[in-house]
Amino acid sequence: MRLTCPLCGDRDRREFYYQGEAVMLERPAPDAGAEAWDAYLHLRDNAAGETQDLWFHEAGCGSWLKVTRNTVTHEVIQTELVAK
Amino acid sequence: MVNLIAKTPCHGLLPITIGTVTLSEVATGPITSVSPFTGQEKSVSDALKANHGTAFPAPNRTTSKNTARLIWSGRGQALMLGVIPDVKGAALTDQSDAWTHVEIAGTGVADVLARVTPVDTRAMKRGHSARTLVQHVSVVLIRTGNDRFEIMAMRSMAKTLVHDLERAMTGLAARG
Repeated sequence: MRLTCPLCGDRDRREFYYQGEAVMLERPAPDAGAEAWDAYLHLRDNAAGETQDLWFHEAGCGSWLKVTRNTVTHEVIQTELVAK
Repeated sequence: MVNLIAKTPCHGLLPITIGTVTLSEVATGPITSVSPFTGQEKSVSDALKANHGTAFPAPNRTTSKNTARLIWSGRGQALMLGVIPDVKGAALTDQSDAWTHVEIAGTGVADVLARVTPVDTRAMKRGHSARTLVQHVSVVLIRTGNDRFEIMAMRSMAKTLVHDLERAMTGLAARG
């Protein structure tokens, strides 16, 4: 598997650390309630098909990437920097 | 005053030559990380260019002038080698004793590196750099010539870096 880092270019999977689904970027408000926080922390869809997840370019430039990929075909559709 | 004996990171380990490839240590002079503050990227680059002749490098690139070298080392960060940067608007950290810096050179050096790093070094041109791995060690890899590369790794990883490269050199030489 290879990911295209927006800064470094096409790189091997070994350079990246997988964090999980990109829902971690949408943090609920502190007063959003127990249900929203429970969903944010613990509930994941485990979708077959297109997903968005966070990868850390650990052994590269040190950027967090949001990667859109298809878990059925293994196609990597898009990679973008989390930092603006 | 006690006169302490300074030892380089690869003291007693290098240089070594196996087959056609030589691994040796490089004395870089001072090393300082330069991280421009948000919004000051351009003014920092202009100041570096004016004071040292080296603009802030684009990702995977280096700039150099005389003894000053500026090597891209991550998002919003570069390492200045050779001289201490005279610039405002950036976080500067002295890292002179934090790195081990080696040069690997000779015919077939790309084949040695192909055994230890996931990056295609043949696609790199002179002056290009890459943040990547040598086996499990995080490094800065710089192409400095046709059959010539420099590798920077954390000082604490000096022995591991030399070991990994030495094994790759030995393996390649054994193929004859």
